[in-house]
Amino acid sequence: MHTSTLIIVLLGLMSLAYYLGRKRSLNLVSGRVRDLHSLPSYYGLHTALWCGIPAILLLVLWISFEGSVVTGLVVDSLPQETQALPPERLNLVLNDIRNLATGDIVSTAVDENLQSAADHYARLQGISQLAMFAAALSLAILAGYFAHRSITRHQRARNRVEKAINFFLLSSSTLAIFTTIGIVLSVLFESIRFFQQIPVTEFIFGLEWSPQTAIRADQVGSSGVFGAIPLFAGTFLITLIAMVVAVPIGLLSAIYMADYAGRHFRSLAKPVLEVLAGIPTVVYGFFAALTVAPFFRDLGASMGLGVSSESALAAGVVMGIMIIPFVSSLSDDVINAVPQAMRDGSYGLGATRSETIRQVIIPAALPGIVGGVLLAVSRAIGETMIVVMAAGLSANLTANPLEAVTTVTVQIVTLLVGDQEFDSAKTLAAFALALVLFVITLALNMIALHIVRKYREQYE
Amino acid sequence: MVRVEKGLARRYRQERNFKRLGLGAILLGLLFVSFLFISIIANGYTAFQQTFVKLDVYYDPEMIAPVGETDPEILSAGNYGGLVKATMRELFPSVTNRRDKKKLYGLISTGASYQLRERVMQDPSVIGQRESIWVPADDDVDMLIKGHIDLNLPESDRRIKDDQLSWIQGLQEDDRVEKRFNKTFFTAGDSREPELSGIKGAASGSFFTLLICLSISFPVGVAAAVYLEEFAPKNRWTDLIEVNINNLAAVPSIVFGLLGLAVFINFFGLPRSVPMVGGLVLALMTLPTIIIASRAALKSVPPSIREAALGVGASPMQTITHHVLPLALPGMLTGTIIGMAQALGETAPLLMIGMVAFIVDIPGGAMDPSAVLPVQIYLWADSPERAFVERTSAAIMVLLAFLISMNLLAVWLRKKFERRW
Repeated sequence: MHTSTLIIVLLGLMSLAYYLGRKRSLNLVSGRVRDLHSLPSYYGLHTALWCGIPAILLLVLWISFEGSVVTGLVVDSLPQETQALPPERLNLVLNDIRNLATGDIVSTAVDENLQSAADHYARLQGISQLAMFAAALSLAILAGYFAHRSITRHQRARNRVEKAINFFLLSSSTLAIFTTIGIVLSVLFESIRFFQQIPVTEFIFGLEWSPQTAIRADQVGSSGVFGAIPLFAGTFLITLIAMVVAVPIGLLSAIYMADYAGRHFRSLAKPVLEVLAGIPTVVYGFFAALTVAPFFRDLGASMGLGVSSESALAAGVVMGIMIIPFVSSLSDDVINAVPQAMRDGSYGLGATRSETIRQVIIPAALPGIVGGVLLAVSRAIGETMIVVMAAGLSANLTANPLEAVTTVTVQIVTLLVGDQEFDSAKTLAAFALALVLFVITLALNMIALHIVRKYREQYE
Repeated sequence: MVRVEKGLARRYRQERNFKRLGLGAILLGLLFVSFLFISIIANGYTAFQQTFVKLDVYYDPEMIAPVGETDPEILSAGNYGGLVKATMRELFPSVTNRRDKKKLYGLISTGASYQLRERVMQDPSVIGQRESIWVPADDDVDMLIKGHIDLNLPESDRRIKDDQLSWIQGLQEDDRVEKRFNKTFFTAGDSREPELSGIKGAASGSFFTLLICLSISFPVGVAAAVYLEEFAPKNRWTDLIEVNINNLAAVPSIVFGLLGLAVFINFFGLPRSVPMVGGLVLALMTLPTIIIASRAALKSVPPSIREAALGVGASPMQTITHHVLPLALPGMLTGTIIGMAQALGETAPLLMIGMVAFIVDIPGGAMDPSAVLPVQIYLWADSPERAFVERTSAAIMVLLAFLISMNLLAVWLRKKFERRW
């Protein structure tokens, strides 16, 4: 039997408990519902919750500790010399045992010890599985039985069920906090380990990035220099290009939509522009690498300029295209938030529309626009797939948009995709970069939201 | 007055220019959209067809199994590769040189031998007989037939050599080459051979990932929104939750991938590249979107509904579950669909949790290793073969079709159930 079967059995038990609980409450008052404290279905729900929740909690605990307990027992049963192996080697042996027990491919020759350990492992797992089934089912039946017994006319079943629901609602809403804590902790811990190997100052101020570390001590070609300035510069360059494309186009199209476009044109053009926001970034990346980058390269070649086929320009322009709808919808919001009275005042003084826009609306909406642009910048900094596919891998410190540069996100991906030791400075560097990325985008967001909120208050 | 009139012409000109500028910006945006779509479709539509070659195969009992053999084990062990080669030699008896023979065999996909094996396994009575069968051509031949290979290049720069070209022309004159609907693309998993690769593996991986993502993020998101909107007391804890949700909505997706790597894979020890972990990560990522949309939907339900329910004696929880939630549900579903569309297109966090592995098998559940559609696109985009370019574009078209239909569904839901109070 499988764990999913157990869950289905549990669900079945819960519906049975619901039925029995409801029936018992009705029997107690011989069908006169008004004599009960709560509606009959609440008694049913109450019984079902008691039947299901303790058993499911037990199941979760069991599954999360089963692996380590079984592994510990197997390790104890291994011969002394195997137990004395360093942790990584021991892990390999354990993996082999697991694979052997499940009938997968094993990396080494199967000897007697391994076979007996695998049998032991399989036996233990079988026992654990059976025990889990027995424990969960008996707990469900027992708890359900007592809940069923406890039903009386005056039991406050509805309040208890509502309390349980309320607890679920509250814990759901705290998941956001746990996610944030999870992000901060997972990134921070590995970063601290990284900074124990590489000084912070070298990471933040170093001008050279070359993360090839040696896996073996005698390996050649390892440099292991972790100066992140070229990555920051590359990220900045690509973000700048993206903003040069996105801000004017996004802003002007928002203005045109708000003040000039007819209803028909707007109802047609707006959704089409918003399509740009729904396209997955991997598609933009493919577009940049396949169409835009060769286009810029050939254009450059025809003008006598050497444009790299992974130029910052191509990645930046495509990223700008991606951000256009983002900028335009944010600017649309803030432009519409400018009170009509200000427009009317300006028109009343004889200003043309464009003069009103340029001299009244934009200055009034400027804080909001700046906030929107900051949000767009944070979006661009964190964008990954476009730069992974269209920007380069080598860390050049350059301000020339025609050359290849690399970014923080590209390096995170290249450092973490593929096989490597999890403890090497190379892998840990990805977490340090992610920490920087997280902090910068968080700060930008905080500032942007603050500006936008301040601006909104001004006109409310 | 005179001064005003003097400036008028200039001011009107400026007005017109400004208007043109705005229109230009929009048109530029529209141009980008159409350029993107045209470039993808122009690159990709040919992938829905695949070149097939007709071979007259003699199912040689010596190469497969004696006539009348039905044991599947013996049948599957037959030398089907040799069978294809023998058939090709028979078609072009003039080819004798070893190197030329190799080039000749290269015209047919390696998938042809699997196809023959399947044919024999299905019907062992064909052994010893001769029949015409259409088998997929090699991807280079496919590219040539579709006109993607520049014949003006010198021979050494071409994937198709001159003698191969003449053989293909020979085949074409015999009506042995045909473009057909590329069924493989929709029924196969990934492969190193473009002509044998398909998106089914990635699509089912995406399906399982989204299923996990939806079954977590929808209930939790709705519950969180209900709590924050209806029950939460106004205090610092609630403020903290709200600030957190707003910030999570703006955290780069790749950071969620690192979270998944550190928590689900390294801490909880879940396997890499399975839809389970992908779904969990994407659920955390889409949660803010769903919470924000659900709260907006709850806000749009007028307070009079709540007051009426409370007035006739419903408990606050009954008010929510019986009256407010059903009215807010369409809005919540719209937000959820948009969140799911976002999750379907997401790539970066899945790279972090190892969903970039090369996986041929079609996953059968949430714990089987698999790719997802966007990652498949990323992998194919990196492949050097020309034939993968059109397959990448075709996979993008499939992905975009899914996304567009999801968004249309959301729009339809909003239109259908939108209520003005």
